[in-house]
Order: sequence, then structure tokens, then C-alpha cells
Amino acid sequence: MVPDDRGGGGLMRADLLSDAVDGLDEALAAVDGFDEALVGGLLRPQPNQAGGLAALADAVAGSPLAARVAEAADKAAAGAAGEDHFVALAAARTALLGSVHDALTARVEEAVGRPRTDGSTAPASGEEHAANLHAAARGWLCDLARAGWQGIDHELVAGAAPVVSAMLPDPALRRLATLLDGFAAELAACCPGAALERVPVRRWADLWSRALLLALPGAARTAAVGEATGRLLPLGVDVQEHATAVQAQVHAVFEPADGGTPRLVRASVSAPKPDTVVAAGLWQLLRPHMSLLAAVGEGRAMELDAMPVTAEGDLIWDDARARAGEPADIFTSARVALPTAAAFAVSPLDRHPARIAVPVLVEGYGVEEGDDGLVFQVAGCRLPVDTDRVPAAGPLTPDVVAASGACLGLLRWDAGQFLLQPLAVERTVRKKAVAVHAGAWAGGTTDKAGVRAEKAATDAVKVLRERAGKLLRK
Amino acid sequence: MGDGALSVWEKSSTARVVPSARPRKLAKVPFVELADGRLQGVVSSGSDIGRVYVSSVAAGTYAFACSTNNNRPCGGARGMFCNHIRAMIGEAVLQYGAERVARYLRVEADAAEADAHSVTSAMTAARPAQGDSSAAAQVFSRFLRHLAYLELAPTTGPLPEMQWFPTTGAVAA
Repeated sequence: MVPDDRGGGGLMRADLLSDAVDGLDEALAAVDGFDEALVGGLLRPQPNQAGGLAALADAVAGSPLAARVAEAADKAAAGAAGEDHFVALAAARTALLGSVHDALTARVEEAVGRPRTDGSTAPASGEEHAANLHAAARGWLCDLARAGWQGIDHELVAGAAPVVSAMLPDPALRRLATLLDGFAAELAACCPGAALERVPVRRWADLWSRALLLALPGAARTAAVGEATGRLLPLGVDVQEHATAVQAQVHAVFEPADGGTPRLVRASVSAPKPDTVVAAGLWQLLRPHMSLLAAVGEGRAMELDAMPVTAEGDLIWDDARARAGEPADIFTSARVALPTAAAFAVSPLDRHPARIAVPVLVEGYGVEEGDDGLVFQVAGCRLPVDTDRVPAAGPLTPDVVAASGACLGLLRWDAGQFLLQPLAVERTVRKKAVAVHAGAWAGGTTDKAGVRAEKAATDAVKVLRERAGKLLRK
Repeated sequence: MGDGALSVWEKSSTARVVPSARPRKLAKVPFVELADGRLQGVVSSGSDIGRVYVSSVAAGTYAFACSTNNNRPCGGARGMFCNHIRAMIGEAVLQYGAERVARYLRVEADAAEADAHSVTSAMTAARPAQGDSSAAAQVFSRFLRHLAYLELAPTTGPLPEMQWFPTTGAVAA
């Protein structure tokens, strides 16, 4: 059953999401070859690793990177790669995944039928600083590449700790610091590499190559290029976390006060955290720094006044430039405002399939519950639902998603397929539509289970602060 | 590796490698971790609010150590696990799950369903030796580093890299 096309954008062509994309398999095969070379490490490469390196160089042979990558692949195959060579290989891999991102994004735009992404992003400029820390990070990443995932041990992994500790206090270095911290913690939990039964091959190569490029001078800059004045209609909250960091991203439609084209934007707030701060504790850490979280919980729009915005559509949130607006139902926003909203272009370094998170409204689906989790049948096509990405501290559970009739979610892509991450669902209870939001507790809650979770999290942080007060300042 | 096609998990950018910690009460054992080949942590003193014990058990040998943050040996940890070490094992099982703790320490627990008790008794049955407390200073400094994360300022600049670390709602609140 397919719902009526509302306002020109309500209908999603799900069939396009399962069709093959030209060239995708070839690009990913070249990526896989390189990624497998990193498993054994590049200190003493074997012939099959050399093959993977050469295939990566071949895949970018028609690009401006060709000569540098070919040289880097040769050196790496001989076990003689230096930092510049590793950077060239990481760049080649990133470029290939960038092309995969672009092809998938074009497919999503076709399926969703919203206005096309326009414009391009220019690299932000700014002053260089912390050159030594960046160099130390690159040195550690080169050592990792030489050792390979099967060669990691506690001593090697611990090399990241001083770099991370020195970077974290500086908000300008937070991107790289947070990435290195999460990556190193994951590697540490998997030491020694020689005993690993299986390796997250693509994931670790992703994190490695991304970190190496971010550690180049100036790569991690995000700068505001404009100001947003108008109405912000929240769509939902996406939560990301590793042991020692959390980020909440609110996806929203921004309607400019001057009557310009509505845009898809994001507002983010993130914080480093001790690993024992989890669940409702994450909301408690973030809540005081972005009033938008409360607005999402209450189902309100916000009025923005000259809020800084980047070329990628990220609002650099400042509570002083926002005030609470009228009540705004998320599903009404999704039906009325979302179909006309245009996305921003993605910056070159961020072009990666893992970065795809496109808000979509899906209605009138069948639900299939199997061993692999939940699958929606949308207009005869299967769309797997990633209920794992729904935050623990909230009322949206897999059962609620399974019983829903409409779902506002983020369309994502991973491991060869599109997935839907639910942000909110609508279900019919006694003939009335009731909405359940993943981020319902973002601003606080009166829900019984929610109150309990909040209390537990408050107690945990209280103990830690009390200990920190006693021990840290001695 | 390298002979066949990669599995779906191996091809996933967002594969969950390390499950996030489960919520637990922190008053008794404010810090516990599986690191440096040890289960190690910091345990509050029952009598003195200003004092903490640094406890550890080594993977494989189960060599154990317990001392105060001022490096005075714990009276209970002579020849056997003291109550601080037992409390630490219990909280580690709450935070990480018994299976992960047992795997890290290389404990073959007898019971079909491992729990804190079975993990602890499997280790004490091996009559582990008392280790030296040389690691205590390092564990304590890791605890301080852990606490320092609370002092770092949140930011509203986007961190695109966090897309690789989706939350895992599977953890019950």
C-alpha cells in the first residue's frame, strides 16, 4: 500500500534503494583490497597485500592523485612506506569512498524526490596551531599501519593516550581528539591483535584513514560561513557515543525569515565523558548546552536569530541566538516542511557512506520481524530498520517501531545496503495517532522509567564529581 | 584473511566492536577497567572518605594486588583476594558483563551461566600469587585521567567522526 503523494515529496521510491549502483562494487573491491593489507600490517608485506595496494593505485589512476598513490603503493609493498606514502594511500581510499558516497547520495535524492543538493564547500581558512600534536598523531597512525591490526599490542595502542590528553582540552582539536580516543579505546579492548578471531576490517581502515587525513594541518577546520535567521522545525535526535564521548545531533528543517528555500540542517552538541556516564546521563551532560534538546522533547519549534551555520548545514548552536517557538508536531513538519527542504552540499573530506543520514518519512509499510531484526516492506521493497541506533534513554523500543504505521527516520547506508534509523514513529491507539520519539527524554521526562534512569545517572555523576573534587586538585 | 570475500560485519563501517558500559552504582567502586592485561580499579574505603584502594588482578595468572592511593598495602590482601578485589570483580561484571570479564582474564568459569561469584571462585581456586603493587600508581593516574573527562567543556561544533560511533540502544536504561 502506497500513500498519496503529499505536497510533491511524500512518496519514496523504495525500489531505487535496492537497485544496483553502477561501479559501486568495483570501487568497494579496491577499498577492500587495501583494507585487507592493513590487517597484516605493512612492515613486512606479503604478495597478496601488494596486490591490494596496487589495486588501490589502479583505481585512482585516472585522478590527480595517480602518481603519488602509485609511488606510495610501491613503497608500501616493499615495506618502506613513510608518512607521506601512508597519507597518499589514505587519500586514495578516501577519494574512492567519496565517489561511493556521491553515487549513493544521488540515488537517495532520486528515491526521495526532494530538491537537489546545490553548491560546493570551500575549505575553511584559519591559523595553524598544535603542529606538534598533529605530527605526533600521524606518527602513531603510521606505526599502527606498519604493525597491522593483527600486530597491535597494549604498548603500541597506549601511544595515543598522551596525544589525546593534550588535545582534548582544546575545543579546536576536539574532532581529531575524539576520533583518536574512541579508536584507541576500541583497539585496546581488542589487544593483542594476534589473538583476534575476526577484525572489523572496513571500520578500522575507515577510522585510520580518516584520522590520518584529519591530522594534516588545517583539515579539521569547521567554520561558519553564514547566519540563519528564521524558524527551526526539529525532526528528531540522533545520538552517537563511544566510551568517552557523546554527541547528539538534531536534524531539522530551517525556514528562513526572508522567505528563501527551506533547508535541511543539523545542530550538534557533544561532550567528552567518563565511560560510566551512560543512558540518561548522556542527556544530562548535553542538555545544559543546547536549549534545542528541550524544544525537541516538548515538540516545539525554535526561532533563530543570526545563528552561525557552516557550508555543510551545521548550525553552530548558541543558546543566546535561539528562543522557544510555537508547538510544532514532528510528523506535521515531516509531511509539510520536509518535502520542500533542500540539503546542503557535503564537504570533500566528509564524503563517506557512513556520513549519509537523510531524513525521510515512510508510511503505509508492512512489518517483517526476523532473526536479522526488523524490516519494513515499502511498496513491495524491503527496507531494513536499524533499531540499534535508537538511544537507550527514551521511550522508542523495537516493539513500538514494529507496531507503527508511520516512521520518520534517517536513511543510512552500511555494508552494502540502505537502512532506516527511526527518529520517531506514529502508531494508532484507539483510532488516534500517537507519536513516540527516540529523543523524547532529551530535555527531561516525567515517564516513570525515565525518571528512574535520570536519578541513577545523577547519582553516578555526583559520585564522580565528589571524587574528582577530592582527588584532582591535590 | 585475504582469501575470500569479507563478511557483512567485516564490511561494516559502524560494526559494534566494544559494547558500551552498562549503568551501575559508582559509590563503592568508582572506577573499573579491563586494560594493560589486568582487571583494575579503584575501590572506596569503607571508613575514610578521603582514602581509596587501588586493586588489580592480572589476566591469565590472576596475580593480585591491593594498596591505598598512598601505596600502603591492604591488610586484607595477604595470600588471598581481599574484599576490595571481590567488590571490584562484582562491579566489573555489572559494567561489562560476566562473559567479557571472564574472557579478558582468561577464566574458564564452571557454571553454564557465568556470574561474579563463578568468575571469582574460578580464580581463587587456582590459588593465585600476590603480585607486586607497582602498577598502582599507573592505575590511579588512569582513574584521575578518567575523572578529568568531567571537567572538559562541551562544544556545539559538529563532530562528523561520531557518525562511526552510533549509540547502541540495546543497553537497558
